[in-house]
Amino acid sequence: MSIKLTVNGDTRELDIDADMPLLWAIRDHLQLTGTKFGCGMALCGACTVHIDGQATRSCVTPVTAAQGKQITTIEGLSTAAGRAVQAAWIGLDVPQCGYCQSGQVMSAAALLAGNPKPSDADIDAAMAGNICRCATYVRIRGAIHQAAETLATGAPAAP
Amino acid sequence: MYFRHIENAAALAVGRSPAELSRRQFLKLTTLAGSGLTLGMVLPGCGTGPGGAAAGPLVMPFVRIAPDNTVTVICKHLEAGQGVWTGLPAIVAEELDASWDQMRVESAPAQVPMYGNLAMGGKIQLTGGSTAVANSWQQLRQAGATARAMLVAAAAKAWAVPVSEIKVSQGVVSHTGAGRKATFGELAGSAAKEPVPTQVSLKDPAAFSIVGNEKLPRLDARAKSTGKQQFAIDVMLPGMMTALVMRPPRFGGKVSSFDASKAKAVPGVIDVVQIPRGVAVVGRDMWSAKKGREALSVTWDESGAEKRGTTQLMKEYHALSRSKESVTVTQRGDVEAALAHAVKRVEGEFEFPYLAHAPMEPLTAVCQLGADKCEIWAGCQFQTVDQANAAAAVGLKPEQVSINTLAAGGTFGRRANPESDYISEVASIAKATGGKYPVRLIWTREDDITGGRYRPLNYHRITAAIGKDGKVAYRQRVVGQSIVAGTPFASMMIKNGVDPTAVGGSAPEQYDLADAHVSWSPPTVGVPVLWWRSVENTHMAFSKEVMIDELAHAARQDPIAFRLALLGEHPRHVGALKLAAEKAGWDSPFSKEKGRGRGVAVHESFGSVVAQVAEVTVSGDKITVDRVVCAVDCGIAVTPDVVKAQMQSGIGYGLSAALYGKITLTDGHVDQTNFHQYQVLRINDMPRAIEVYIVPSTNPPSGVGEPGTPPIAPAVANAVRAATGIRARA
Repeated sequence: MSIKLTVNGDTRELDIDADMPLLWAIRDHLQLTGTKFGCGMALCGACTVHIDGQATRSCVTPVTAAQGKQITTIEGLSTAAGRAVQAAWIGLDVPQCGYCQSGQVMSAAALLAGNPKPSDADIDAAMAGNICRCATYVRIRGAIHQAAETLATGAPAAP
Repeated sequence: MYFRHIENAAALAVGRSPAELSRRQFLKLTTLAGSGLTLGMVLPGCGTGPGGAAAGPLVMPFVRIAPDNTVTVICKHLEAGQGVWTGLPAIVAEELDASWDQMRVESAPAQVPMYGNLAMGGKIQLTGGSTAVANSWQQLRQAGATARAMLVAAAAKAWAVPVSEIKVSQGVVSHTGAGRKATFGELAGSAAKEPVPTQVSLKDPAAFSIVGNEKLPRLDARAKSTGKQQFAIDVMLPGMMTALVMRPPRFGGKVSSFDASKAKAVPGVIDVVQIPRGVAVVGRDMWSAKKGREALSVTWDESGAEKRGTTQLMKEYHALSRSKESVTVTQRGDVEAALAHAVKRVEGEFEFPYLAHAPMEPLTAVCQLGADKCEIWAGCQFQTVDQANAAAAVGLKPEQVSINTLAAGGTFGRRANPESDYISEVASIAKATGGKYPVRLIWTREDDITGGRYRPLNYHRITAAIGKDGKVAYRQRVVGQSIVAGTPFASMMIKNGVDPTAVGGSAPEQYDLADAHVSWSPPTVGVPVLWWRSVENTHMAFSKEVMIDELAHAARQDPIAFRLALLGEHPRHVGALKLAAEKAGWDSPFSKEKGRGRGVAVHESFGSVVAQVAEVTVSGDKITVDRVVCAVDCGIAVTPDVVKAQMQSGIGYGLSAALYGKITLTDGHVDQTNFHQYQVLRINDMPRAIEVYIVPSTNPPSGVGEPGTPPIAPAVANAVRAATGIRARA
């Protein structure tokens, strides 16, 4: 059926199944491959996107539920929090294999948008849905703290 | 991953299939291998640009210098997170005196002997055994120094000055007297016309400024923080279809028959084809392929399938540990006599579960098949073998198969397997569909968790004792599957009946023990197994370090002092252990708070020694690891921050297994399917503090990808024992 999705500000009409998860519409039909497939059950967070600013697991979100909403993927992340997170990720060399990091960045940006100065416990609670098998967690905590400091002192530049 | 025991890997280049390198080609490869002549060869396509001026690149097997002044290192190893895309360029940049900003990296094609792993004789291209930096060290230093010499020669000629007066720094070649300077890019074209020097001098390590630089940023951090890094799952080719495979529900099952009618009725499903490993459903996208597979009906022939569960297997392992069926792994002195006369004696039994690797990117590969060529895109870890297996699957010769090695979303050993399971599958699907379209195979997470190739189930039974003279006697029986038995590796890796990837790193190898005997009983089980980050060291280090702690306890001695007394012949163990103890404040009083404890472990693997001190809090069933202090001796640390990251990673990976990891089978069916059942470490379980210290060393670099993993589980177990008095086993 015809599904209209607004991703990173662009609205596109796709001929896809109504029950197709947003993840596969984004990846296979819009060819935005920064958002990753990790589990298909909202268990790992690799597929995290923002829907109307909320961090959402796209692998279990049917496309019909995302119609008419603002969907942001890693390719379109441009908020101050998003830029600060990405700059901190690069500055602290957070990524290893890097596969989960799009989802980590999207979750971290959503966390900072709602909580500009998270504690370690806040970070653990907000990021526990994002698995990293390389266990980059120590640096993820550090980078989120660094991004919070950047946000507190001024607008970060694009990474 | 562990391949140090391959001494004659040449045979691997031909794999076990008929469609392989011809004998003539094979001889040519083996003749060239290791000659070093390829190193300085200038490849075709380089030299002068149009007009005959100095424009053009300098193209060599491991480094390419372009007119735009970028220096690209051709990386023969897979980047799977362990940092080779930073470490290998750092080696080249150092000898080249390049600026780090101009460094780039790309994957080498599948090609031996040019890109063979020198730790395995140079005839097989493989990333494993934590060898990437170690085996590339001299090779890439020479590659960098060779390119530098050619740039300098070109400048000397152009400026009519002696070579000896030319300086190179930060990517700029200069001559003070002549007042001339040029970038690498400006000199590349004329450098390509210079003869390749047969001998170059390498830098004094004291002059290193890139190698060993704590602040050297990863070359892939930006792409991996912005979603731009391309993995195999991201490859999009025109007309590409997506395939999923339905595989046997029990290991060893085979397709008896299948009914594709319902699957083919799913909109978007294009083809349903049988392949050697199951039945593939091909759709226009992932979703249609997935729905198609759900609608597929397959009848399985399970006559040869493994139908035992892990409870039964473990029962059999216990019995096997008491049988006489075993081979000797290590023998020292007379352990039976020493045990009989001991004054303190401790017994230990350890059960280790099967473990899935569960890399974040599920196994994925893309294949485009033509009449006389086959192209593969994958996070390839085992190019030479994958090439041979893909060739066999499509009926071509290995040299007709080209491999694009992309960044892998983790591997931990999973992507290197002798049958190249996912690569063979995608090639088989391309063959079965006649190469009509490029095909992308995706394993779902369920396919990954239930798909086998696990760290082997293991059972260890140990008796250890201290004699009147204070000497330690140690007897161990290991029961666990061989990883290489039944593969083309068996004949070259199994020595005296012992598979070194199944059992190694035992107590008598790592401590000064006069009387010891370690034996191994390999059961035959139909569950496919594989090397899992640090391979045999995961379980061998655990039982060893727990038993040594038990002995220290029995002797009423401090665990570190007790170990140091047994390490007279192991100075690197001593160095790492002392550094970890010092940084952890081991000699300072430790909190006597209820539930708090600390423990230590030390282990050598892949040429590196790692010691870790873990501090834990135990509350009921909940174990919280508060702090880990890690000391590593990995020779020269080429990229110290990557070394630190790998220690953090190895600790997290090992801790994941210690706290959660377990694959079980019931009647041959795997019980876990996804991350809700196969739980892995999340951020809330990651220690708040992990401190990594590198032991200063002038030795050549040794492994870092795996050695961080083995010590963490026993360090935590020893800390829990200290906190509670209760011994956690495996």
